[in-house]
Amino acid sequence: MVSPLDHKLLRDLMRMKGQVLAIGMVIAVGVMMLVMMSGLVTSLNETRSTYYDRYRLADIFAPVTRAPERLLPRLAAIDGVGVVEGRVQGSALIDLPGTDLPVQAQAVSLPDLRDPRLNAVYLTDGRMIDSDRSDEILLLQSLARAHDLHPGDRLVATMNGARRTFRIVGLAQSPEFLYTTAPGEMVPDDARYGVIWMSNSALSAAYDMDGAFNEVLLALSRGAKEAAVLAAVDRILGPYGGLGAYPLADQTSNRFITEEIGGLEAAAVGVPPIFLGVAAFLLYIVISRMVQAERTEIGLMKAFGYTNAEVGAHYFKMVLLIAVGGAFVGCLLGIFAGGAMVQLYTAYFKFPFLVFQLEPSSFIIGVLVSVLSASAGGLFVLGQVFALTPSAAMRAPAPPDFSRTGEIGRALNLLLDQPSRMVLRRITRQPGRMAGAVIGIACGMALSVSMLTIYVGFDRTIDLTFDVVDRSDVTVSFTTAVSDKTIYELQRMPGVTLVEPIRIVPTVLRSGRYSYRGAIEGIPKDARLYRAIDSALSTIALQQGGITLSSSLANILHVAPGDILTVEVREGRQPVLNLPVRGVAESLLGSPAYMDMEALNRVLREPGRVSGAYLAIDSGQADAIYRALQDMPTVAGVSLKADARNAFKVLMDTGAGAIRYVMGAVAFVITFGIVYNSARIAHAERARDLASLRVIGFTKGETAFVLLGELAAVTLIALPVGAVLGYYLSFGIAAGFSTDLYQIPAIFDPGSYGFAALVVIGAGLTSGWLVKRDIDRADLVSALKTRE
Amino acid sequence: MPEPAYRIAGLTKVYGEGRSAVHALRGVDLEIPKGEIVVLLGPSGSGKSTLLNIVGGLDRCSAGTVHFQGQNLTEMTDAQLTRYRRDHIGFVFQFYNLMPSLTAHENVELVTEIAANPMNPDDALAMVGLRERVDHFPAQMSGGEQQRVAIARAVAKQPDVLFCDEPTGALDSTTGRAVLQVLKDVNEKLGATVLIVTHAAAQAAMADRVIHFADGNVRDVVVNRKKMTPEEIEW
Repeated sequence: MVSPLDHKLLRDLMRMKGQVLAIGMVIAVGVMMLVMMSGLVTSLNETRSTYYDRYRLADIFAPVTRAPERLLPRLAAIDGVGVVEGRVQGSALIDLPGTDLPVQAQAVSLPDLRDPRLNAVYLTDGRMIDSDRSDEILLLQSLARAHDLHPGDRLVATMNGARRTFRIVGLAQSPEFLYTTAPGEMVPDDARYGVIWMSNSALSAAYDMDGAFNEVLLALSRGAKEAAVLAAVDRILGPYGGLGAYPLADQTSNRFITEEIGGLEAAAVGVPPIFLGVAAFLLYIVISRMVQAERTEIGLMKAFGYTNAEVGAHYFKMVLLIAVGGAFVGCLLGIFAGGAMVQLYTAYFKFPFLVFQLEPSSFIIGVLVSVLSASAGGLFVLGQVFALTPSAAMRAPAPPDFSRTGEIGRALNLLLDQPSRMVLRRITRQPGRMAGAVIGIACGMALSVSMLTIYVGFDRTIDLTFDVVDRSDVTVSFTTAVSDKTIYELQRMPGVTLVEPIRIVPTVLRSGRYSYRGAIEGIPKDARLYRAIDSALSTIALQQGGITLSSSLANILHVAPGDILTVEVREGRQPVLNLPVRGVAESLLGSPAYMDMEALNRVLREPGRVSGAYLAIDSGQADAIYRALQDMPTVAGVSLKADARNAFKVLMDTGAGAIRYVMGAVAFVITFGIVYNSARIAHAERARDLASLRVIGFTKGETAFVLLGELAAVTLIALPVGAVLGYYLSFGIAAGFSTDLYQIPAIFDPGSYGFAALVVIGAGLTSGWLVKRDIDRADLVSALKTRE
Repeated sequence: MPEPAYRIAGLTKVYGEGRSAVHALRGVDLEIPKGEIVVLLGPSGSGKSTLLNIVGGLDRCSAGTVHFQGQNLTEMTDAQLTRYRRDHIGFVFQFYNLMPSLTAHENVELVTEIAANPMNPDDALAMVGLRERVDHFPAQMSGGEQQRVAIARAVAKQPDVLFCDEPTGALDSTTGRAVLQVLKDVNEKLGATVLIVTHAAAQAAMADRVIHFADGNVRDVVVNRKKMTPEEIEW
């Protein structure tokens, strides 16, 4: 048996269905965001760790120049080491018919006649290699896909200076190579970098590593101390040219994927609460006004003998239905959208399988926030209504007192007609109510502004990186640090208009307990093609005898100019240097550290060495230049800026950055929901006044002016407020989207503000139009019968 | 009988359809003379308010005609009905329906700004005896005062017809008598036809003509030979 109050409840909800839907939608979208983002992050983390486990990804990687295999038992004996695997790896260049530039690759050995103990591969196509056949290889699936290569195809590659032809027998993926970036490049590009797996015997022969290895992989046993193991490994490998063992956390692919998931996580942690907070605030306002409007009914119920608790329960049920309904729909949408996003990201991260997992706490948080904020709105007003006696509650409330507004602008009064005065007085007399509406719309404006600012920030990162910092056309990297004579060789090539060398030295930078595994870039004096720039975008003159850090790196290391950094060089003699920080540079891509090239070579005691070059070329002669570069034995890789720029853009549009589009859409939905609700609420409050105006002879347009004028005024006040809120909000959201790989600046871009204002105004016009239809359709007779 | 303000023929209003249809008006034929005070009496649901709403241009009929100054109201568009209300009609409601955000004076100005041939708002307020309180907001006035502002607002446009739906319904009898007196003054000074819908049968004593409603139709029309002043009426 359904109680009459429940009937009332259902009918009330039906009556207010437009508004109920609008509120429910705002809640749903806020909760959807929360559920989707947290589910996405949980699923990706879970999938990653399952993938790592299943394919036995090593915990520690230790490159070495050449170490005999008899060292392996010693390494295995280190306290805390569970599994050890030695292997051979080296760089290779793949010649693909139809491409001008050789593709850089890494050749990696797989043990003969057994499965690898660590870093296993996942075969996606074809079969495993037969270790008796030295020409059989597995190729990284992403490169194969990019160039339409299949098992059975032949592949020509240059290894250790020798050109050889191989047969692809299978395509593979590996958790070690989810992201593949050519040395010296920041951005992964499937088409430009590959991995070749070969039998250990074949690869050892190619790199003169018989009975030796040049990389060791270690898995830690439970409870092992990573730092102690790293130190022990370095001690053992030191005499054999150990280049410094590093943990999985510093492994390129893992670091990249961690950053990408971290970017999503930061967005998941930082952004949905903002959305949900806005939704909660709106809900509070709407519910409190809705209960206010039910004043007479509440008095009536009390007069019949219903207790405060019963009446309260009735309205609480209404609040609960809307809040829980919205949250429920939000959870469903979140699961659905999260599932879709996880699929996209699984493909993007190249996970071979997907562990879809939802974050149960997100449901609970979503529902709780919705219910609590809605209840708060309801309780606050119910308290006020309960304070009245039933008869007082049933009586039409005294007209709202506008007497204090009489003083406001007597001069203004002369200029305004009565409808305008009504608009003005509503705004000035009920500042609390108006402030609620203004803040609500301002929040919508702020969300839109900050999301649009983020869009501009992404573009800015690309422009700054590829137009201001790097003005070259082609980047060349050499196999090792070579004599600067090579630069003259490049300069002599026809079509090359400018060549600038660069010296890149892999290092670990330390300051106190903070460290960063990266590289120092030595830039020549007066460089024009690749520069360090300050925040005003002018070139920083790199001072001798010190290091200039990008701002992101300075943040990671917690250092400022004047501090001393410990620099562990991971190349050549591997000196450990103490260098002062001379300055901080603006960089939006990566976390580079700069030095004057001569000064860098001097501290390394390797004068006149370069590891790469930036070229400006005449585009008409590009093909000839590429061919010439390909024939230079010292050239390890060539990359085109246009390719890098595209790859970066693809990365930002498909990786963690892509979520910005989803968030932008959600921001617009919420903005519209807020504006529409504000209009609806105002209409509900004024329905009787508006009907009276129609009755005494105001036209539909004149009547609508009174309400829409208020909406317009509130919206116009909300725009600057929202712009200011959005300005600050954009810093938070930009920080959420920034990763170790790239930084997204919160830029003051007038266009974004203008566009966001247009969005809000558009939402206002649409809402105004929807509400005006209701004003036009108002039943004058019944509107006059209803008491306030 | 003087020239009629309204000529009503076959006026029918049906709410709903089929078996659940409710006949609020069942073919009313009626003439309302110009310049008179006419009181419509009848029990709830007898159709008197429905008639007032249709004749006042607030509602539409299901069938029939209402002629006002040679025009058929039932054929007018929404915009024409608005024009009709704006130029010819004044309304007074049981719950006053003042704009809370405007002072008494401004509530009257609300109408004089848009009317074709308005009075000075001060004169209208003086007519209802509110010369002193023109700068007060509705919240600062008693019910009787608010109703008098509502009347001032209704008469300030110098309407041809004044419609009053239970004008004293929310007032005590003393205040109510004062309000009726104002309506009588307006009728005499402006020559406006005044239509009053009421439950209080005693108020019929001040009317020129009393129309009794029952079951959606006119039961009888009584011409009052011996009008009383509102002062003399008890209810």
